[in-house]
Amino acid sequence: MSKYFLNYLDELESEAIFVLREVWAQFENPVILFSGGKDSILVTHLAHKAFYPARVPFPLLHIDTGHNFPETIEFRDRLASEKGLQLLVGSVQQSIDTGRVAEERGKNATRNILQTTTLLDTIEAQKIDCAIGGGRRDEEKARAKERFFSHRDDFGQWDPKNQRPELWNLFNGKQFEGEHFRAFPISNWTEMDVWNYLLREQIDIPSLYFAHERQVVWRNDSWIPVSDHLKLEPGEAIEIKKIRFRTLGDITITGGIESDADTLEKIVTEVAAMRQTERGNRTDDKRSESAMEDRKREGYF
Amino acid sequence: MELNNNQLLRFTTAGSVDDGKSTLIGRLLYDSKSIFEDQLASIEATSKRKGHEGVDLALFTDGLRDEREQGITIDVAYRYFTTPKRKFIIADTPGHIQYTRNMVTGASTANAAIILIDARHGVIEQTKRHAFIASLLQIPHMIVCINKMDLVDHQEAVFNDIVSQFEVFSSKLDVQDVRFIPISALNGDNVVNRSEQMNWYQGSPLLHTLETLHISSDTNKIDARFAVQTVLRPQREGFLDYRGYAGRIASGIYRVGDAVTVLPSGFTSKIASINSGEEEVSEAFAPMSVSMTLEDDIDISRGDMIVKTNNQPEMHQEFDVMLCWLNDQPARPRAKYSLMQTTNEQKAMIKEVVYQIDINTYARNTENKNLTMNAIARVTIKTTRPFMLDSYRDNRMTGSIILIDETTNETVAAGMVV
Repeated sequence: MSKYFLNYLDELESEAIFVLREVWAQFENPVILFSGGKDSILVTHLAHKAFYPARVPFPLLHIDTGHNFPETIEFRDRLASEKGLQLLVGSVQQSIDTGRVAEERGKNATRNILQTTTLLDTIEAQKIDCAIGGGRRDEEKARAKERFFSHRDDFGQWDPKNQRPELWNLFNGKQFEGEHFRAFPISNWTEMDVWNYLLREQIDIPSLYFAHERQVVWRNDSWIPVSDHLKLEPGEAIEIKKIRFRTLGDITITGGIESDADTLEKIVTEVAAMRQTERGNRTDDKRSESAMEDRKREGYF
Repeated sequence: MELNNNQLLRFTTAGSVDDGKSTLIGRLLYDSKSIFEDQLASIEATSKRKGHEGVDLALFTDGLRDEREQGITIDVAYRYFTTPKRKFIIADTPGHIQYTRNMVTGASTANAAIILIDARHGVIEQTKRHAFIASLLQIPHMIVCINKMDLVDHQEAVFNDIVSQFEVFSSKLDVQDVRFIPISALNGDNVVNRSEQMNWYQGSPLLHTLETLHISSDTNKIDARFAVQTVLRPQREGFLDYRGYAGRIASGIYRVGDAVTVLPSGFTSKIASINSGEEEVSEAFAPMSVSMTLEDDIDISRGDMIVKTNNQPEMHQEFDVMLCWLNDQPARPRAKYSLMQTTNEQKAMIKEVVYQIDINTYARNTENKNLTMNAIARVTIKTTRPFMLDSYRDNRMTGSIILIDETTNETVAAGMVV
């Protein structure tokens, strides 16, 4: 075989770098949506490669629900200072305090859905015209329809039935005032691709992804971590388990899996053998068949 | 797991729900063990609720709520699976609604197209339309799957008959590599596993075909084209004089020391360095994203193209393209549109509609000058500045354009330079 071909990880990397550079070239005030999860860490890493030897030109925007894993916040602050990145924080607590949103009630109440308002308010206040996300098309059926450059109207809404056609490498980022874009450089990556790449590039990720002992409660078919925000239901008991997390969201909705995988190599092997999707442990997606689509239409990540 | 030298293959699937397209995709994903247990459980529950017998694999490809409710596909959806040999991206395009717009979109980046034919019906209008678009978009490999062979008793004669029907009309098309495979997506015959019902078929099953298609030559490695996306100016210690031109190589190979010309200015220089991320490399090729520096200080900005001095595109302000109209609003005669080619953007107008093509019969119509949704036409484009002309046939990355209507900001047309 000719030596002039790229393997699939190099091709995905090259595509993502192209998208990040298009964002920089086409928008005035783009940011990286940073959750502290592996996908947004990967996007930040790819941005570093895309602009080297210049600095990453995007600030990180974290929508902080106040229901965080402490490890995530620590990691976020360390990464921002190491790479010299500006960190913007939109606070859900502040949106609650100012009456923009109200806390959910009920047994599985979370702040997940409230993030949308905080995100859209921050985008408007900071005049952000493109928010770069780590969303992947393999994650969820509504996300399978996403464009690399995804248009949002002036209410921040996504109209999946009326998207701009996106052909070849020609991305149309034109917008009217008040509208914005979401850009998804790692659209074509799968969970497995992300882990293989993190391993290959030896990218630092929060300790939560590696197997560790933790106090947890069995709820909705997964191990929910004990935190100040968790209220025990009758019949639930705190146990200590060796677990790790496949995705990182709010501490209240992110379930762990029992695992011994404490290195990137072991995680790659474990993920390859997985028979459940990674979002299978996210209670936010379990609410209904179109839970993600509904949230995305409103302007969710 | 050693995946390091595996390539990525992108393919489109064309066909309607009736052809068993969703079943085929479901089958590929299921038999290659790419469907997870929780996804399967959800499909099983839905199958049961809808009263289907067994698991309806087609449900796996439903995405939006409207699609599930109406049983149709609205937009291109992307699916992923990996085998020990390759990673695959499927652009799953709807067969009926806005078929041209969606098929063209899915086909634009594909290495291969799978065209599905129902063995009971043979070649129909839709088949011709799909084959036409696959050839128009120059998809390098076409795989015609004759599906539902179980419903025609797996007869070789039926298969052969459809193959000749296809060959008759496709002789009018510009297609490089066509293969035919008799399958039953429902039963899994010749999809992943070889069929025991059709011993007369000596070729490979579909998945093996996809795993072994020769795709390294699909990208043009001859004509070096590098469109500048942005200029990197680090302004920091150690890099104060650094001016890096960042972009993705559209085609060809670049080496440090190559004599290059910058278009449209025509200034010449030599490549001083090439970077891939932090790593300095001595050569780079399509489709790598790199940044390069030149030996001379030249004014270069986004939209400029760095090419090898001995291999340059022609520059023209009037040229013909095959244009697909993608918008509800018909084309406005002589209106100005924004034209994007690689990273270059300029104003352009459609000077003349030469002819339109009926994609069911391939007949040319020189009378109808109105471009409406899904129209495909040969048109003459006039640009305000010289356009760097590569034919789409030679170069899919630099020979492609889109038109944007600045009154709505929508992408209204896609074009391929003739």
